[in-house]
Amino acid sequence: MKVTDACTGCGVCVDVCPFGAIDMVNGKAVINEACRACGQCVDACPVGAIVMSEVEAVDLSDYRGVMIYAEQRGGRVHPVSYELLGKAQELAAQLSEPVYVVIVGSGVGAGAEEFVRRGADKVFLYDDPALADFRDDPYTDLLARCCKEEKPSIFLIGATSLGRSLGPRVSAKLQTGLTADCTYLDIDTETRLLRQTRPAYGGNIMATIVTPNSRPQMATVRYKMFPEAVKVDHPKGSVVEKTVDVSKIRDRVKVLGFEEAKEQVSISEADLIVSGGLGMGDPKGFELIREMAETLGAAVGASRPTVDEGWIDYRHQVGLSGRTVRPQVYIACGISGAVQHQAGMKTSDIIIAVNKDPEAPIFKISSLGVVGDLYEVVPRLIEKIKEHSGRA
Amino acid sequence: MNIVVPIKQVPETTEVQFDEETGRLIREGVAAIINPFDEYAIEEALRIKEKLGGVVKVITMGPPWAADALRDAISMGADEGWLATDRAFAGADTWATSLTLARCIERMGGYDLVICGLKTTDGDTGQTGPEMAEHMDIPHVCYVSEITEIGDGRVVVKRNMDEGVETLEAPLPLLITVGKDINQPRLATLRGRLKAKKAEIKEITNNDLKMDPKEIGLDGSFTRVVKLFEPEVPEAGEIVEGTPDELAEAILVKLQECKVI
Repeated sequence: MKVTDACTGCGVCVDVCPFGAIDMVNGKAVINEACRACGQCVDACPVGAIVMSEVEAVDLSDYRGVMIYAEQRGGRVHPVSYELLGKAQELAAQLSEPVYVVIVGSGVGAGAEEFVRRGADKVFLYDDPALADFRDDPYTDLLARCCKEEKPSIFLIGATSLGRSLGPRVSAKLQTGLTADCTYLDIDTETRLLRQTRPAYGGNIMATIVTPNSRPQMATVRYKMFPEAVKVDHPKGSVVEKTVDVSKIRDRVKVLGFEEAKEQVSISEADLIVSGGLGMGDPKGFELIREMAETLGAAVGASRPTVDEGWIDYRHQVGLSGRTVRPQVYIACGISGAVQHQAGMKTSDIIIAVNKDPEAPIFKISSLGVVGDLYEVVPRLIEKIKEHSGRA
Repeated sequence: MNIVVPIKQVPETTEVQFDEETGRLIREGVAAIINPFDEYAIEEALRIKEKLGGVVKVITMGPPWAADALRDAISMGADEGWLATDRAFAGADTWATSLTLARCIERMGGYDLVICGLKTTDGDTGQTGPEMAEHMDIPHVCYVSEITEIGDGRVVVKRNMDEGVETLEAPLPLLITVGKDINQPRLATLRGRLKAKKAEIKEITNNDLKMDPKEIGLDGSFTRVVKLFEPEVPEAGEIVEGTPDELAEAILVKLQECKVI
């Protein structure tokens, strides 16, 4: 962003800047370090005195194809990878480009085949006993290597804990842009650029971001945002084995052990979720939530403040800083519905909220809002459900 | 042990609002604070220093007033505050920010450990830490929930992953990112505040770094924000009031409608 001599010092840009990034110095606008290059001042300036800095165009025509990273642990493919494949197929169809998958691990050949069955054009396979455990160093090296060799125009990684550690490292190595935790992706038909949309400010703002001058255009993509790619009738793709001498790859961090979470919480996959919030007033509230969840065969969710307070393990956390969930029915008990919580559950098919406060924001997005004390309503509901299932 | 903690000043609330007429963000009257995750990073650094001795340096990149965040960190117990401030740094995305911070840290004297908060509450990306590690050519471990051993050029840490907890051993120097489960940050003492008030903040500009203008700020950024907008909100349905029994019945009916019972 640059201010030219045409600036009249009218101050319109100072008012429109969302980031407080423009100061008036000696009657001229000066852009400071808070600038995020959103361009609002460029549009607002009545005399056209603010211009976007030009960036040198790079020849990008060598890059073709939409590549996704197939995440796996112990040979089990993370379902977000199939969601990425589905999205990649859609984007690739728009661009008339191929769909690539890259998978790294030990004994993951069967996993690679599954991507072919689901319609991938090429699956690049790095399979070596030394790659069994995920480590940022060798995995970064191999993904960067694969991108340099295959030159995809787009590279998508799941925004899981693993992907959000690995993605930044790969993008830094490849000297290309990375957009974190995207919830929406599409192609700009005019420029053919990937439009990457993501929540920021705890879900209060959505930002659409592009990577115009470097390749691949990289994004980490939130789990449970897109449907999985399904098996195709006549798969035409193939697995391409990539051989590398893994012992020559730098590998600085050693895995000493892995302890699976005691309680396997699978709120991401659940069709039914019962969640508790700070409105329960007491950590014991979760006993009631668990009882109701058991009665319904539901998973237990939680709001961020209850996790921060130590009432429940963080793996239960629903929201922007926790998991995104998309169940058939989401029952929120004593959850006020902060924007960051909503960002993680508002795409649920049906939302039922129980809250004492009739003004609670959760009611604005609920299919059914129940104004009442959860300690009075929920026990009765549990009885009723039991009665109902007894009759059925 | 020389520990560097990169921090960021963020708005106190993320509940930014849009002006419905102009479609712009309203930001008046929003105070600035240290990114809450960074306080856990500072606390962890202080605990290591208390155990092993050494120096804790905090650094931020931002406008001159970001020095307030550095003073807050000093009032908690950090030894030095460094401010990377230059108009040339403006408009940086995580790539350019991490590269600039990496070059700054390399100028601040030796380091054994870099501790970052796992993300900021405004940008929410969590990318700057791992990108910085790549630029500095040191390993990184994200989501550290506990440092179980540290010393003799190595650390053993626990890392929270989606499926469970990993135990990892890494050599120093190392960059880690930490979340809220690692400790409980201390509050600043009165003495700390007095010390922070008088502390000298060391400034770094691009005159010091001499980075290529194409590597910093907006020109050094690979990503561009092309649009900001308010998220869509699903429509509200029915709101019911009544006796606990009537309310429980209403939920039961809804669950039956959805065919989940």
